[in-house]
Amino acid sequence: MFRPVIGLEIHIQLLTKSKMFCSCPTNYGASPNSNICEVCLGYPGTLPTINKEAVKMGIMLALSLNCKINNVSSFYRKNYFYPDLPKGYQITQFDLPLSENGLLSIEGKDIRIRRIHLEEDSAKLIHGEDEILVDFNRCGIPLIELVTEPDITSPEEAGEFLEKLKEIVDFLGISSGKMEEGALRCDVNVSLKNVEGNFGTKVEIKNLNSFKAVVKAIKFEIDRQNNLLDKGESVLSETRAFNEKNETTILMRSKETLNDYRYFPEPDLLLLSVKNDEIEKIRTTLPELPHNAYMRLIENFSLSNEEAKLLTSSKDILSFFDGCTKLYKDYKTIVNWISSEILKNLNKMNKSLKDVPLNPENFTKMLTLINEGKISGKIGKTILEEMMLTGKEPDDIIKEKGLFQLSDSDALESIIEEIIANNPKEVSIYRSGKKNLFGFFMGEAMKKTNGKANPQLLKEIMLEKLEKNG
Amino acid sequence: MKNNLEILSLSISELKSYYKSGDLTPLEVSIEYLKRIKEIEPEIDAFIEVFEEEALKEAEKLTKLKKFDMPLYGIPIAIKDNINVKGHETKASSNILKGYKSTFDATVVERLKDAGAIILGKTNLDEFAMGSSTENSAFKLTKNPYSKEFVPGGSSGGSAAAVSAKEALVSLGSDTGGSVRQPAAFCGVYGLRPTYGLVSRYGLIAFASSLDQIGPIGRNLNDLFLLLSTIAGKDNLDSTTLAIKSYNDLPDETLIGKFATIKEFEDITIDREIFERYEEVKKLLMEKFTITQYSFPHYNYALPAYHIIADSEASSNLSRFDGIRYGARDNANSFEDTINSTRTSNFGKEVKRRILLGTFALSQGYIDKFYKKALLARNIISRELTSILNEVDFILAPTTPTLPFKFGEKKDPLKMYYSDIFTIPSSLAGLPSINIPAGLSDSGLPVGIQVIGSKLSEKKLYKISKYIKVELNV
Repeated sequence: MFRPVIGLEIHIQLLTKSKMFCSCPTNYGASPNSNICEVCLGYPGTLPTINKEAVKMGIMLALSLNCKINNVSSFYRKNYFYPDLPKGYQITQFDLPLSENGLLSIEGKDIRIRRIHLEEDSAKLIHGEDEILVDFNRCGIPLIELVTEPDITSPEEAGEFLEKLKEIVDFLGISSGKMEEGALRCDVNVSLKNVEGNFGTKVEIKNLNSFKAVVKAIKFEIDRQNNLLDKGESVLSETRAFNEKNETTILMRSKETLNDYRYFPEPDLLLLSVKNDEIEKIRTTLPELPHNAYMRLIENFSLSNEEAKLLTSSKDILSFFDGCTKLYKDYKTIVNWISSEILKNLNKMNKSLKDVPLNPENFTKMLTLINEGKISGKIGKTILEEMMLTGKEPDDIIKEKGLFQLSDSDALESIIEEIIANNPKEVSIYRSGKKNLFGFFMGEAMKKTNGKANPQLLKEIMLEKLEKNG
Repeated sequence: MKNNLEILSLSISELKSYYKSGDLTPLEVSIEYLKRIKEIEPEIDAFIEVFEEEALKEAEKLTKLKKFDMPLYGIPIAIKDNINVKGHETKASSNILKGYKSTFDATVVERLKDAGAIILGKTNLDEFAMGSSTENSAFKLTKNPYSKEFVPGGSSGGSAAAVSAKEALVSLGSDTGGSVRQPAAFCGVYGLRPTYGLVSRYGLIAFASSLDQIGPIGRNLNDLFLLLSTIAGKDNLDSTTLAIKSYNDLPDETLIGKFATIKEFEDITIDREIFERYEEVKKLLMEKFTITQYSFPHYNYALPAYHIIADSEASSNLSRFDGIRYGARDNANSFEDTINSTRTSNFGKEVKRRILLGTFALSQGYIDKFYKKALLARNIISRELTSILNEVDFILAPTTPTLPFKFGEKKDPLKMYYSDIFTIPSSLAGLPSINIPAGLSDSGLPVGIQVIGSKLSEKKLYKISKYIKVELNV
C-alpha cells in the first residue's frame, strides 16, 4: 500500500496599484498591451525598481502564515528564452527569499510553508492558428510564490488548503484569488511513499485552472502512479498537464531535459532590507483573519460551525454580515437570508457580493418590512432580487411594483368567496375530510393576489370560510 | 570675432563667458563644431550619427533663450551610442539593434538637456562596449586622431576620438573595465570613471550591470568635472545609485599628502615610454607627497574575475535582444529558430564569445567554480585596494600597458583583454579613477597616467589632477 505525498507551488497575483518593477497599472481586463512601458517591455537601458507595496503585501501574507521574515533578502535572475519573457530572464527570489518556515492549519492538521517570495509575472500568450500573440499587460505584475512542504496527503486536503489560502489573501485584501482570472495559480507535486516510508519519484502537474481541477488531477495522478507501481513499473520524473475534459493528466515534458536557469543575483537591484520595526508596524495593521472571524462568530453570535464557515468564506460576506448585525437584531434571519437567497442570486448573476449594489442598510430595511408584516417573505425575495440588480431602496421598489401586502380582511374575504364559488368540487372534497387540499386554496388565493396577501390573515379567513358549512 | 580653431579650443567656462558677453552665441559655436565634423569626420569616423539639424535647432533655441546660468548652456557634446537619446536610434554599434529608436532619454541625457547642452550626435564604440579598440563596432573603424593607422582605444573610442579631434567639446563614454580611461589615454584626453553609483545607469544599454558606469571625457580638466557635476547624483530609476543628491554633496576632504604605488604593477613589463612618463610623474609628486610602494597580492586575479563577472552579467543582459519586440529580426519557423537566427546573424564575434563564456560560467556544475569564485576574488581585490586607500590619498598607476596599437594588431582576444590590466582593478572595486594625459611618445602617440581614489573622492581627485596637470605642464 502506498501513501500520497503532495506539495503545492502557488502563485498569487497581488492587487498593487503598479507593477513589481515599474509604474504601469495592473488592472485586469485592460485592452491588450495598454498597461506597458519601456521597463516591463525590457527595452535596452531600462532598470527595475522594487515596488514597496508588493513587499508590504508579501510581508502581510508571511505574517498571516506565521512565517519567519528575512531582514535581508535578495532578488535573482532566472534566465530562459520565451516570448512571454521580454528581458530573457525573470526577476525572482532564490537564495534568501522574503520569508520562510510558516504554517497553515487546515481541519485538524498543520501544513508547513517552506517559503514565500516575490517575483514578476510573465506576459500572456494568445495562441492563434498560425501565430502567437503576446499581451504584455500581465508582464511584470507582482506575484507571490508560496511553496508548501510535502505535508498534504490527500486530494481533499489540497483543495482545503487552497480554499483556506484564498480566504486569507481575500481577507488581507492582497489578491482577488480568482483562479479563473489567473490571479491564483497552482502547480502540484505528487509522489507515493511506501509502507517503509521511502519516497517515490515526484511528478509535477500543471495547467490547473480551478480548485476542483486540482483535486481531480491529484486523484487521477495518485491512481495512475498506484497502477504503475502495482504493475511493477516505475514512476518517471516528469511534468504532466491536467486535461480538464477527460479529467486525466498527460505528459508535458520529461524532467530529464531539465532547464538550467543560471540563477544569479540581480545586479540592478540592491539587497531588500526589511527592518524589524517595519515588520511590527505591518503586523499591527493586519486585518482580522478568517480563522479569528470564525471563532468570533461562534462565540458572539452562537452560530453553528457551518454557518460561521459560510460567513467567513469571503471578506465581503463577513463584512456584510457584520454590517447587518449592527442594524438588525435577529442574527439567525440574517444568516438564513445570506446563505440561501443572497448566495443563490449571486450565483445566478455570476457575481460576488462586492460587485452588486446590496448593502446592510437597504437589506435590513427589507427584513424590517417583513418583520412588521408589511410584506410577505415571498415579496421580500422579489425585492431582494431587485435591490441586488438596481440598488434601489425597498420602499421605492414596493411603490413602483405595488408590492404592499394585502392585509385588508374585507378584500381577502371576497377573493376567498370567489375561489370557493369557482371550485365547488374541491370544496366538497375538502369538506368531506381531505384537509390537505387546504394548500390548494391558499395557492389559488396567492395567485389571485400576486402573492401579496398577508399569509397569516389569509389562512385565518380561509379556514373560517371552508369550515363553515355552506 | 574668433576664428574657427580658436572657438574649438575654448573651454566650457571660456565659452560661457563669451556667451554672456555676447561675443559668441551657442548657434555660432555649434555651426563651428558641425563644420569641423564635416571636415574631419571622413578621416576619423568617430560618429555613428550626427544630429546636424536638431543640434542647430537646439542651438538657435538656446541662443534666443539667453539663460547663461544654465550649467552647460550652449555646450556641444557627443554621446556614446550605448546611451539612449529619445527619437534617435541607439544601436550600441550592433546590427541587432538596427531600427531600434529610443522612446526615452537616459537620465544623464535628460540632465544634460536640462543643463543646456547641445547634443551633436552619437559616437562609435565596440559592439555593446565589449572591446578595447573600437574595432568590434559593426559599423565603422574609428581612427586615432594622433595617427590614423592606430586605434583610438575602446570601447568609448568614438567619444574619446571626437573630443581629441575637436569634433565635440566634451563627450560621455561608459566604463566597465576601462572603456573611458583607456581610450582617453590613447587619444590624449581626460577621462573619468566615477565611483560606482554616482552616475545613473538608467538608459545606458547594460553590458555588465555591477561594473558599468557612465563617465565624462574632455580636453580640459575643468570641463571634465563640470560635466560630471551635471550628470552625478541619485536617480530613483536606478536603484544602484548612491544616496548623494548632487556633486556638491560629495565630501570635500583635504589631502593627507600620501600616494601609493603598487609593487605588482611596477613588476609588469610595459612600454618603455609609458614607464618613463610614469616615473617622471612619480618623481614630480615626490616633491610634495610621500610615495609608498604597497603590495596588492591578488592583483593577478583581477583580469579573470572581471571577465567571468562581466561576461556572466552580459550573457543575461543581452538575452533581451531576441528580435521579438525591437531591432533586427530574422524570421524562421518557430520562436526558438527565430531567436537563434536573429542572434546568430546579428551579434558580432566578440559579443558571441562573451555570451558563451558568461553562459558557461553561470551553468550548473560550473557556477561554483567560476562565477562564485570570481565574486570572492572581487571581494578580496576590493578589500586590498580599500585598505591601501585607507592609508593614502591616491594610488598612482599607468592607464595602459602599451601605447596605442595598430588596427588588427591584437587578434588574440587574451592580448586585447590585457590592455585593461591597470584599469580593471578599480572597476571591480567601484573606485573612481581618472586618466590624465601625460604628453606624447617619441612617435607622437599619447601617454596616459591613472590616479585611483577611494569611493566618492571625486573632489579630491579633481584637486590632485589639477596639481599634476600644472606640474607636468602638458
